[in-house]
Amino acid sequence: MSIPRGIVLPLAILLAWQAASSAGLVDPRLLPPLQAVAAKAWALVTGDAIALKLGASLLRALAGFALGAALGLLLGFLCGMSRTADLLLRPSFQALKSIAVFAWIPLIALWFGFGEVAPVVFVALAVFPVVVLNTWEGVQAAPHRLLEVGAALRFGPWQRLRRIVLPAALPSILTGVQLGLIHAWLATVGAEYFLAKGSGLGSLLIEGRDHFDMPLVMVGVILLGSIGFLLNRAALLVGARLVPWRQAAA
Amino acid sequence: MSDAALAADTVLDAQARRPLRLPTWPIGLIVPLLALALWSLSAQRGWLPPQVLPAPAEVWLTLEDLWRSGDLVSHLGISLLRVAQGFGVGAAIGLALGTAMGLSRTIEAYVRPLFVAVAQVPTIGWLPLLMLPLGIGEALKVVIIAKAALVPVTLNTLDGIRGVPPAWREVGAVFRYDRFQLLRHVILPAAVPPIFTGVRYGLTNSWKALVAVELLASAEGIGYLLVWGRQMFQMDLVIAGMVVIAAVGLLFDGALALVEQRLQRWRERGA
Repeated sequence: MSIPRGIVLPLAILLAWQAASSAGLVDPRLLPPLQAVAAKAWALVTGDAIALKLGASLLRALAGFALGAALGLLLGFLCGMSRTADLLLRPSFQALKSIAVFAWIPLIALWFGFGEVAPVVFVALAVFPVVVLNTWEGVQAAPHRLLEVGAALRFGPWQRLRRIVLPAALPSILTGVQLGLIHAWLATVGAEYFLAKGSGLGSLLIEGRDHFDMPLVMVGVILLGSIGFLLNRAALLVGARLVPWRQAAA
Repeated sequence: MSDAALAADTVLDAQARRPLRLPTWPIGLIVPLLALALWSLSAQRGWLPPQVLPAPAEVWLTLEDLWRSGDLVSHLGISLLRVAQGFGVGAAIGLALGTAMGLSRTIEAYVRPLFVAVAQVPTIGWLPLLMLPLGIGEALKVVIIAKAALVPVTLNTLDGIRGVPPAWREVGAVFRYDRFQLLRHVILPAAVPPIFTGVRYGLTNSWKALVAVELLASAEGIGYLLVWGRQMFQMDLVIAGMVVIAAVGLLFDGALALVEQRLQRWRERGA
């Protein structure tokens, strides 16, 4: 029999954790016993507050993602297809992109207050650049030969987009959208620390910190990571469905 | 007409059609200048209260003020020191971890799942967890910034080492290189460009993480300037801080991109 080697290290850490806390070597407030964390997780999962909180967070993430991805696709296609638009808009985009995304928080807070708009705007802002960049790259990657074939067949701009540019760009666009989804989730949690008071997974974490409730914080972090993982998986699956030729292209 | 003549003809044609090439970058200034003009106009006409959008001149004055009083230099110095410490720690661990995993499949099998699990939780998610044991002092900042740098450096180092063409290793084997020589003369030189890409991402990530951590828990540094401006409803200070953050971000990325290009050129010649 063989144990998968990947779980050796995590198991060892868990064992050391359990041993240290049952021997009383560590401050239980900093490293609570495993059963306390498990009990907290169970209480959270079986309670009904968590579903509301997660729902609120996911809704914010998806709303911001939809807004940011739509605008990103628009700008990406515009700059990819038109050289004039590219020359006009790209430098401004690059300059704005170099503002670390969290630096927008005070500005957004002052402009949009603490309502539901502010987190959505922040999430959209976090999603936008990566979608633009990948869309632009994908559109640029349309093979010149095919474009020439299109010109020879007298394709109009719409046909060119539909038959040549889009299929060539789709793999890269999906990469951008997938990365955008991860950024959206990350930004949602960040927005909930700074902007939205009261609901969501981010505020659960902050609440745990404020009450020095280590089990709550730990369960929150695990939830945060698992949801990010699931979102990423979902995006990968959808991507594989939409663009079966992606692996071959990549 | 022969093919060659035809080709020469089209080349000439193309040259004739583009007699002089004006630089295109000034076109990129049009949109920012228009935005600036609109911004000034709106401030002049009082379309928006100054707490919402102060005049550009006011932002500039604030920047000048910050510079002259030395506040900017001291806050920025503190922030840069934090990035240097955190990034140094994170990149060093990332290089070691990535190299170890890249060279040994056994180590990779043991360590990678745990690493992926840690990387899965975004840096911002670790903040509340680490705040409890570490407090909100310098240790927290260094650990968070280090984690932000660690992930891309590790993954790119691993990929870089794995990406060394097997043929090159075989050449090393022909020369009867031992492990150390193989690492020193074949694997490391070949893996430098991808590793450097990881370092560049790592530094960008570190700067972003610094801003986040300073916003949440700090009494000094460039992120704190933003928090202060927000609390005082001094929009000019907030925007000035954002300008500085963008400038530093651009500087980091630009400098590293330049080095990266040089490294890539070496790679193309070498390959």
